[in-house]
Amino acid sequence: MLSYVLRKILYFIPVVWGVVTVVFILVTIVPGDPARLLMGQRGDPETLARIRSDLGLDLPISRQYIRFLGDLLRGDLGTSYRNNEKVAASLMEHFGATLRLAFWAMILASVIGVSAGILSAVKQYSLFDYSAMFIAVAGVSAPVFWVGLLLLLIFAYGLQILPGVGYGDGSWRYLILPVVTLGTRPAALIARLTRSCMLDVMNQDYIRTARSKGLTERVVVLKHAFKNALIPVNTIIGTQVAELLSGAVLTETIFAWPGVGRLTVEALVARDFPMIRGSVIFMALIFLVTNLLVDLSYGLVDPRIRYD
Amino acid sequence: MTAGKKRSASADLRYEAWLRFRRNRLALAGLVMALSVILAAVFAPVLAPYDPLKQLIWTQGREVRLAAPSAAHLLGTDLFGRDILSRILYGARISLQIGIFATIVSLLVGVPLGALAGYFGGFADDAISWLINVIFAFPFFLFIIAVVAVLQNPSMTVIYLAIGLVNWVGVARITRAQFISLREREFVEAARALGLPTWRIIFVHILPNALAPVIVQATMGIGGIIMIEAGLAFLGFGAQPPAPSWGLMISDGQKYLAVGKWWWAIFPGLAITYTVLAFNFLGDGLRDALDARLKR
Repeated sequence: MLSYVLRKILYFIPVVWGVVTVVFILVTIVPGDPARLLMGQRGDPETLARIRSDLGLDLPISRQYIRFLGDLLRGDLGTSYRNNEKVAASLMEHFGATLRLAFWAMILASVIGVSAGILSAVKQYSLFDYSAMFIAVAGVSAPVFWVGLLLLLIFAYGLQILPGVGYGDGSWRYLILPVVTLGTRPAALIARLTRSCMLDVMNQDYIRTARSKGLTERVVVLKHAFKNALIPVNTIIGTQVAELLSGAVLTETIFAWPGVGRLTVEALVARDFPMIRGSVIFMALIFLVTNLLVDLSYGLVDPRIRYD
Repeated sequence: MTAGKKRSASADLRYEAWLRFRRNRLALAGLVMALSVILAAVFAPVLAPYDPLKQLIWTQGREVRLAAPSAAHLLGTDLFGRDILSRILYGARISLQIGIFATIVSLLVGVPLGALAGYFGGFADDAISWLINVIFAFPFFLFIIAVVAVLQNPSMTVIYLAIGLVNWVGVARITRAQFISLREREFVEAARALGLPTWRIIFVHILPNALAPVIVQATMGIGGIIMIEAGLAFLGFGAQPPAPSWGLMISDGQKYLAVGKWWWAIFPGLAITYTVLAFNFLGDGLRDALDARLKR
């Protein structure tokens, strides 16, 4: 077990190195002079030169790269061009709101997705099955931002039973629409996957054995079938983290949610390169770490998987 | 086996796959839906009742500003009195163009790299797999907007190159897996024994046998790419005004949702959902039809 964990972590290092290098290249090759961007048209040549040397832009690329890696190791993601705040501090400040949104979206998606998937599988070809799967395939195909606007139109502007955009001092009423928006796509994917895994499992011999032993259908489904169907479902819940982070960019923009996604979009609009660089690295790291945890958790869900 | 016999055998297999595809109602629905989008794009000038860029408020007065759906404007008009139905029909051109070109870029990059990794293994595989894992670590959409946003005012060409250069990893993964499973098969060994050059073995002997899942992946990918382009345009990083891009229309129309002028933002979203649904059904259907052929 310990060597498995260590090997997984060791395998991570080159991937993380690749990620930060790709981001460095991306932000370094951009057209335009960041110093000029910072000062606008006002900058006189001396000021521009001073800013360049402050930012290390006068160094050769290789030196800039080494400096960038060194800063990263110390957890320093640089300083925003826009408001002179530390990028790492801004990210941590906004991460709470994103985490809250993503956490509840994932809970909602897992609960609805798994239960709809099981019910669809148990009642295959029923009206419930057809309608659930139709909604699921539509949910996978509809753009996140449009789903959000549709929900706003219906519940906030039409029926007026939920508040519109904003964080609302953290009130849960403001949380509902963004969570449903962000959770729709993962819920749909999980429902489809759960259904097909359950159908696979339900045709196995040991399910027939369980039934012939006289166990109730409830026990057969929940205890015997569901546990085995859960393994692939667990995997997709892990990969959904990337989807959630991408979706959060759009969801937070629509709902004016003060998270990392909206921070990133604002940085992109302002061409605030240190902030762009920092947030892309930050989100990629979250994704990598979550997937490591998912990998390690397989053993808990399925004792048959051995760590060798 | 003579060449003639072989051809007819593979034609038989293709025909059987088509029969399976035809029996699958969702797949057929997907095909019909996708064709309808393609026809809308091709015949937009004939089908569209108005010029998509023409601001009718200059000729017809203020009544056509944000007019609700009516007989004259089936899906209503926007703030400038442009006919939304006409804009949606022309918008299909933008979405399909991005979907198709970005997919071609993904295939051109992903298939050769996946083939090299899968066929040669060893260092080539390690290096390419590492690159695939690195790109997979980024949330796709975020990475693409970052690429597009740092290049100022990107053209549509830059956008589909950017999408394709991120999206190829899915294609490469599947191609690699196919090559790994095919490279030890008898027909490949026979080709090697005959002393055929490696490139010929890879591209003429293995690749045609490896393509089915790659095509399925690429078809399903078209829907995802159309969605990414819409998201880019929605955030202001994709197609620029006054282009009739669906994502851009939703972005412009969202400000008027709160005052009850819902048609500007909602109809283009339906168009996106319909198109993505079409390619998802089509991809599902192709997978089911071709998979059975692979199992035989």
